[in-house]
Amino acid sequence: MIKAKDINEKTPWEDLTPGGEIYEPGTARDFNTGTWRTDTPVFIAEACKHCMLCVPFCPDSAIPVMDGKRLDFDFMHCKGCGICVEVCPFAAIKMVSGGEGA
Amino acid sequence: MSICLSGNEAVAYAMKQINPDVMGAFPITPSTEIPEYFAQYVANGEVNTEYVTVESEHSSMSVCIAAEAAGARSVSATSSCGLALMYEMLYVAASNRLPITLACVNRALSGPININNDHSDSMGARDAGWIQIYAENNQEAYDNFIMSIPIGENVRLPVMSCMDGFITSHAVENIELLETDAVRAFVGEYTPENYLLKKENPLAVGPYDISAYYMEHKVQQAEAMKAAKTRILEVCAQFEKISGRQYGLVEEYRMENAELAVVLIGSSAGTAKAAVDELREKGVRAGLVKIRVFRPFPGEELAKALEKTKAVAVMDKSEGFSANGGPLFAETRSALYDQKQRPHLIDIVYGLGGRDLKTEDVEEIFDRLTDIAAVGKAGEVYSHIGQRSKEAIG
Repeated sequence: MIKAKDINEKTPWEDLTPGGEIYEPGTARDFNTGTWRTDTPVFIAEACKHCMLCVPFCPDSAIPVMDGKRLDFDFMHCKGCGICVEVCPFAAIKMVSGGEGA
Repeated sequence: MSICLSGNEAVAYAMKQINPDVMGAFPITPSTEIPEYFAQYVANGEVNTEYVTVESEHSSMSVCIAAEAAGARSVSATSSCGLALMYEMLYVAASNRLPITLACVNRALSGPININNDHSDSMGARDAGWIQIYAENNQEAYDNFIMSIPIGENVRLPVMSCMDGFITSHAVENIELLETDAVRAFVGEYTPENYLLKKENPLAVGPYDISAYYMEHKVQQAEAMKAAKTRILEVCAQFEKISGRQYGLVEEYRMENAELAVVLIGSSAGTAKAAVDELREKGVRAGLVKIRVFRPFPGEELAKALEKTKAVAVMDKSEGFSANGGPLFAETRSALYDQKQRPHLIDIVYGLGGRDLKTEDVEEIFDRLTDIAAVGKAGEVYSHIGQRSKEAIG
């Protein structure tokens, strides 16, 4: 069974899946969309109350959570839309210019 | 079992015998009776089919795509603008390699609005990647639909089983039906290796391809269409064993020593065969090649069938508006291009919007071919017959 990790831009047509069908879940995890950013969020941990408002609002699910606390951004998938800044009631996130961040 | 059925009844009956998992149902003249008759089978509990009534043909094809991807054998029926409305989905079905079977009851595309037969609908979809098989009569309509299942499911391509609207779909003919057990054994179960409902392994269908991958996926599809030729012949051979009826990619009629021939598709072949018989009585070496499978196009087989002829008229029952001749003409010319000896080739566009074709019309075409063979020049290569014109009325 052909896996996503075995496919790249050098794979011959014979070794691609029929119709491009995909045989495993969650392949988006391995795909870097963080390079699309033009602005980057900065997590101000001291101000964060872990209210969990930003987490479900993020369209890319790029705010990981562990043990009831949010962690720093998943920069491989954050596209820098800034919605998290809009919803944070504690100014614990700020946007800086550029794809790389602070 | 011998019985009198219309083409639509025959196809609906074939569907009943196949007992598909899902039917995406939407009506359009002259295919409406197919989902109509089938609905009765559903209501009577004679099939286990999930009958999904939708709001448009775009949706009926979408239902088939989703169901087939999920692992369900799916069918539908449509004509003309209905086929046109599902246009983008036809490409999706083929590129996702889903072996859906569609009964296409050929009807002219609008406009002006016309509900009668010509091939503009399926010809308009000839590049969508579907296998296309055309029936000459009700028997073929029944047989072709049944054969479509093991053809498509083996090469993973959808199949359009076509018949002429009203002429074949509504006219009643005496046909031979197979026993339901024989049909079920012939089509077998739909057993895709991967499908959405396979809980042991997840599946995602219809991804986005960047340019680095699209070309490779299309080459895969092209190879599958090439392989379809062999598979179609295999299935025809198996079908002959259970039915006694023999089918190929083309049908050659009285071509053994033919000097003059017509190439055509569908019910007009019946009319043309009668004309060929009359001409043969008069000593004209006339023959006919009927294209049964249009996609994949049987170029080699056609070239071989025509290799000893002197003059050939391709008869197109759809325009195409290339200003260079119809679609069947373009494919035929291409098939003959590499031949050392080629007949003179002309294109006659006929029968648009259900304009009648009579045996006399076919005989006139053969008269033209006789002149062409004698003079050694094709003359006007692309023309229409049957229309009223000032020139003709004089």
